[in-house]
Amino acid sequence: MLIGAFVALYTDELLSAVIALGAIGFGSSGIFLLLRAPDLAITQVVVEVITLVLLIRATMVIGAHTAGGKKQLLPYLVAGGIVGGLFIFSVFTLQNMPEIGSSVMDRIDDAPSLYYLLQGLDLTGSTNQVMSVLLDFRAYDTLGEATVIFTAVLGGLTLLRKNGRAEPNE
Amino acid sequence: MTGIYFLILALLLIGVFGVITQKNLIKIIISVSIIEAAVNLFLIFVGYRAGGEAPIITERFADTAEFARLSVDPFPQAMVLTSIVISVSLTALLIVISLRLYHIYGTYDINRIWGEADPDND
Amino acid sequence: MNDNRSLIIIKVSKWMAPFIFLYGLYVVLYGHLSPGGGFPGGVIIAASFILILLARGRRAALKKLPYGVAKELDAIGALMFLTVAMLGFIFSGLFFANFLQQYLPGETRRWFNAGTIVINNIAIGIKVCGAIFVILFFLSVLRISGEGGIDFRSIERK
Repeated sequence: MLIGAFVALYTDELLSAVIALGAIGFGSSGIFLLLRAPDLAITQVVVEVITLVLLIRATMVIGAHTAGGKKQLLPYLVAGGIVGGLFIFSVFTLQNMPEIGSSVMDRIDDAPSLYYLLQGLDLTGSTNQVMSVLLDFRAYDTLGEATVIFTAVLGGLTLLRKNGRAEPNE
Repeated sequence: MTGIYFLILALLLIGVFGVITQKNLIKIIISVSIIEAAVNLFLIFVGYRAGGEAPIITERFADTAEFARLSVDPFPQAMVLTSIVISVSLTALLIVISLRLYHIYGTYDINRIWGEADPDND
Repeated sequence: MNDNRSLIIIKVSKWMAPFIFLYGLYVVLYGHLSPGGGFPGGVIIAASFILILLARGRRAALKKLPYGVAKELDAIGALMFLTVAMLGFIFSGLFFANFLQQYLPGETRRWFNAGTIVINNIAIGIKVCGAIFVILFFLSVLRISGEGGIDFRSIERK
């Protein structure tokens, strides 16, 4: 996936960059499956296909197949500074991270996840606990997320419209 | 075992680097997608439990107490599910915006868009 | 417009699309018992229409799912989700309360035991399906209509 990321950023062909992004997405879907998250694996595969279709449609514009242009030094310096700073702080933070494989539930006694797991079947009747968290315990998140999709569609429609305002004679 | 965190961090930093340095709008969208993938992976790794089961109650578990002892954390999974759907709508909106810019300026290069939008700039 | 399309692609897409649709329905309806749920199911259902859109053109896709219906589906899904939430508020005093499961507790591990989760899944599936289809449909129309953007009235008149 790291190789895919490098390829995605540093090829000149836009189409191969998009396909490299697809490699990242399907790779992360496989990792989700290994980490016992089948819901996420399904969602990631499907969403990745849709994203690829969208990006390829954006790439298929006439005359935009390659990403050329002169390179400037200043953005690279700024980016190097920011990335370096982030890296240093992240290293300090990740030193204190717990081992992979010890969840929050193992370390804290009254973690909310433990409550969801223990009471999920009785309170919601759903055997898939991801769905019971998503649509019952934390349904506000889903509501906000539905709002985001709605806003994205609305923004897309507004931007793709032919005229900014209605014609005066109608 | 925390080495995997550093790989994810490298993925995130590649994405940040790309967002800042790339000149092409499609490449910027790809970088944003890379950042999203890195963050999703990180959250799932935090919720993973060694040798855990998927958070779906099947007949193999005697009762919910045994299930809660074995299952991985469902909470980050639900949040990441939300995050994935938000990321696809974000990508769609960004693509719509960049296509609009392409139709106006005839290019995806942000330097040239900048140059044409601002006549004083060279 | 349909001249350069391959016969194989047209036939295979005609055969594949119903099965993809059916799989999407399964993923939506059994989201509370098995992996799946409203989001992936809705996207899979939308993908079955997008397959028709890409393989057989705009007209065939609009025959299956008209633009107006897709636009309404987006709104209907959101309204259905909110209605369930408000019904929970009315019946048991909490926004998003699972009132069906409280009053009609079913047998565990059966289809009708999760109360409002099933309805919420269906609502989210409808909504996501409509939204994804609308976005991709407009991106496909944009190529034809050219530079100036889309004339919405001409689409709705068809």
